[in-house]
Amino acid sequence: MSDPKTSASPGTPAIGPEVLRIDLLAEADRIAAWMRDALARQLHRRGLVVAVSGGIDSSLCAALAVRAVGAARVHALLLPERDSSGTSTERGLALVRHLGVAHEVIDIAPALEALGCYRQRDEAIRRVFPAYAEGWKNKIVIAGGLEGGINYFKLVVSEPGGALHEARLPIKEYLQIVAATNFKQRVRKNLDYFHADRLNFAVVGTPNRLEYELGFFVKGGDGLADIKPIAHLYKTQVYAMARALGLPEAICSAAPTTDTYTLPQGQDEFYFALPYAQMDLALWACLRGLAPEALGPALGLDAARARRVYADIEAKRRAAAHLHAAALTLLEPATA
Amino acid sequence: MSASEHDVRRDLRRYIEDNFVLGASGPQLKDADSFLEHHVLDSTGFLELIAHLEETYGIKVTDDEMVPENLDSIDAVAAYLARKRA
Repeated sequence: MSDPKTSASPGTPAIGPEVLRIDLLAEADRIAAWMRDALARQLHRRGLVVAVSGGIDSSLCAALAVRAVGAARVHALLLPERDSSGTSTERGLALVRHLGVAHEVIDIAPALEALGCYRQRDEAIRRVFPAYAEGWKNKIVIAGGLEGGINYFKLVVSEPGGALHEARLPIKEYLQIVAATNFKQRVRKNLDYFHADRLNFAVVGTPNRLEYELGFFVKGGDGLADIKPIAHLYKTQVYAMARALGLPEAICSAAPTTDTYTLPQGQDEFYFALPYAQMDLALWACLRGLAPEALGPALGLDAARARRVYADIEAKRRAAAHLHAAALTLLEPATA
Repeated sequence: MSASEHDVRRDLRRYIEDNFVLGASGPQLKDADSFLEHHVLDSTGFLELIAHLEETYGIKVTDDEMVPENLDSIDAVAAYLARKRA
């Protein structure tokens, strides 16, 4: 008997987790071979730099890099800052030890401090919550889109005692907070390329398919790389491949977070609007042009909400196109 | 249409054209045209529009009013403002 949650009307394909099942080890080998070829034939570099956050995506990328060219040709960077979770760094260290790769831990907080990252962010937060001060924590939460409204962002802050406050973010403050926190990804990318240039290595970008397709990255920050080995893998597949490759359990069981704001923040709160397993299926169905009516039952959503998920995906893909693109240029000047 | 509603539409059009169309080539936006469908506003653009409405017209756009029915065309915004200011 079919599962009533995933069965679809006749003529529409059933959508469920099984559509994302792949031969994980064969795919890992295919990716590794592609990385090796790209490094030698296209990039002409001798190895790979991977910034390791302690999360699943960068961990899998580092493991694939080792599978591709061996541990001796992989250089890992751990780049924590003031707001990074200590457990992220611990997981990153566990990974590099597990893989046996050379690594460096570089605290980027002094660079961020000098650039005004924290000051600019906190000034914008204080325009919304004047009492915000040392010891308070913050995060940004997405809202609106799945209720049929315009996507907007809420700022959530907590006092040292734990009391939470929440307010809709005005556009100027939202843009300033995001611009300030984007320093984090862009400073990290500077260090990635310093070490890549120093070693004559290439930089690995670590977005999974959700992030890549929907634009969940910073242009010139984590979006910048020479090779992106898991940009075609859904997050569900990333977790499954990490387990298949025997990565440390603490990494395979960690929930995806942004590790960018001081309050715990899931990626679904900040950007995706749905938990990743659901978002994977929604994107998979959307990319295949399947009707929202086919998606709804798989996610436990009514048709109207499934249509809003599609609309959100399409809007994000339009915005992502600019993030992926090289700078716009003209071809030839006007003739005299 | 009252004189003040006419002024609101004219001011809205000027705001949209000055801030989002920027003199770009293409057919002129009609009052009923969807900002989304014509790619005039993205989600950040809507938040800018909301800030403009709050500052210019002295209203507070509540979270549940931030829907395309109120904001996705000059017609929709004008009607929304008329209801808010009634």
